[in-house]
Amino acid sequence: MAETAAPSSTAVGERPLKAMTKAGFADRERLLARVMLLPSIVYIVALVAIPFFVAIAYSVSDVTTGNASYDFVGLRQYRTIVEDAVFRKALWNTLIFTALTMVLVVVFGKILALVLTSEFRGKWVVRFLVLLPWTTPVALATVNWLWLLDSLFSPIDWLLRQYGLLGDPSALFGASQHLTYLGKPHLAQASVIAVQAWRLIPLAAVIMMAGITAIPHELHDATEVDGAGAWRSYWEVTFPLTLPIMAVATLFGAILTFTDMTVVRVLTNGGPLHSTEVLASWAYTKGIGGGDLGQGAAIALFLFPLLLAAAVLILQAVKRMEVL
Amino acid sequence: MAAPVTPRARMPIDVERERRRAGRRHVAGRVTLYVTAIVFALLAAFPFLWGVITSFKADKDLYKVTNNPFTFNEPPTFKHVAYLFTSTPFLTFVKNTAIVGAFVVLITLLLGLPAAYALARLDMKWGGALGIGIFFVYLVPPSLLFISLSRLVAILHLQDSKLALILIYPTITVPVSVWLLIGFFRAIPKDIEEQAMVDGFSRFAAFWRIAVPLAFPGIVAVVVFAFTLSAHEFIYALAFDADAANTTLSVGVPTVLIRGDVFFWQSLQAASILVAIPIAFVFNLLLERFISGFTMGAVKG
Repeated sequence: MAETAAPSSTAVGERPLKAMTKAGFADRERLLARVMLLPSIVYIVALVAIPFFVAIAYSVSDVTTGNASYDFVGLRQYRTIVEDAVFRKALWNTLIFTALTMVLVVVFGKILALVLTSEFRGKWVVRFLVLLPWTTPVALATVNWLWLLDSLFSPIDWLLRQYGLLGDPSALFGASQHLTYLGKPHLAQASVIAVQAWRLIPLAAVIMMAGITAIPHELHDATEVDGAGAWRSYWEVTFPLTLPIMAVATLFGAILTFTDMTVVRVLTNGGPLHSTEVLASWAYTKGIGGGDLGQGAAIALFLFPLLLAAAVLILQAVKRMEVL
Repeated sequence: MAAPVTPRARMPIDVERERRRAGRRHVAGRVTLYVTAIVFALLAAFPFLWGVITSFKADKDLYKVTNNPFTFNEPPTFKHVAYLFTSTPFLTFVKNTAIVGAFVVLITLLLGLPAAYALARLDMKWGGALGIGIFFVYLVPPSLLFISLSRLVAILHLQDSKLALILIYPTITVPVSVWLLIGFFRAIPKDIEEQAMVDGFSRFAAFWRIAVPLAFPGIVAVVVFAFTLSAHEFIYALAFDADAANTTLSVGVPTVLIRGDVFFWQSLQAASILVAIPIAFVFNLLLERFISGFTMGAVKG
């Protein structure tokens, strides 16, 4: 806008009043924009950007909570943690838990989104119940699961026993009276994945619903006129159009899974024998529990490449949506 | 198919057959829909439904392996729910969560409203880049920052103080709120503010007295969202505020109540459900708004 006023600036006296006020207005607008943005930017730089770079600086130092003097040690912390079997387990678990959780979240989130965009009686009650896992604070919902997976009083065990699937030499799940879900490595891992998927399916469904409701009705009408049935209309119209938003829902879920330590911390505390340890929980144990800020920061930074990849993929999916 | 017949002879039967087939397909579709909906509802709510039953169980009933866990084998009791309120710090956690949440919401709106308006409306060189920047900040998780921030909190002597959480939580809520609010501001027709400015309003007055009131639905969504996010947060609260007097529900219930002497499963289940129900209720009221906000702000941004 400032450029439009520039040619007439040679003859100051003839400068049209309208252009002048317009230029002044644009300048004021720009100043106002800066003033309105500044507090947020200062705040974010101070408490997100700087701490992020401090974390990188910590990861190449020997800083501990006991000895805060900064000594540069190069990549020593990274070498130490990579040689640690627990770290490798945590890295592997983070990847596997995220991948398996996402498979469950995509499949069931999609079905749930289709259910919730249909009309039926009692929808309000169903919606209330299926959103509970997402709206309840994760740590509290995990407390409910902790009791559900109790080694002695799990109602799942009770149901399995009732149907003869447990507690009998010939039973499918063995002769023991209890499966002790959180006491055996594989069952504990499966439990963590189940809780993660359980809490994220509603979120994925809500995001996908936004995609389904955004499809213009005319498209459905057009396919109906062309004689397409519900099934074909779904696969040829709804599905391709909602593909990008499914990608967004999945990637959001992935980020929330691989950066989370709440479920692991409350449900298993990384056990048994570190079999459910993930990067975030291990970084916490080392960095805050053990006070080794350098190692903790180095472990947490392994999340960053994954995070960056997910963010770039989300942006690409969003761009594809804008094309529509 | 059978031997070829002339189209005219085939038609009436065909229409009848088609109609019946469509009817059958319709009924099958409805049944599938209801069954799927009910299965999802039961699986999602199972831990809570069972938690509600557990909350009212007597010890004798609860701690007997052979008892049916889904019915009352002994008369139900209100004892453990009352215990939660009278003899545990549960209400302190509720109060702390409310105080932290209220301040976080206030800071989020003070920072987020002007920033979102500037990005949505005002002509700027770096507007697009800033929008993407905010998106990236939104994706930076607490698990990446808690180590350096815990040092900061220690340096500022804010350990075991609610101030630490009030200071840090807006890093989570501001980016997502700006993102949502941009969509709501863009949905307001530009003419309304322009008319106000012709009538002598300054741009800032147009923002504060015209755009903000019109974006009220977006503000409600942000209030709910920011409050919920700060109630959900776990890592920062665990790292900065593990002390029973100052911590929030999210950390207080699983650490202070479980790890401490209090180990009444009935009270723990009740604690979780008493928090879960009101939040879910408010979210259900706002779900449509949230969905439209998501499509407006994030997707069509």
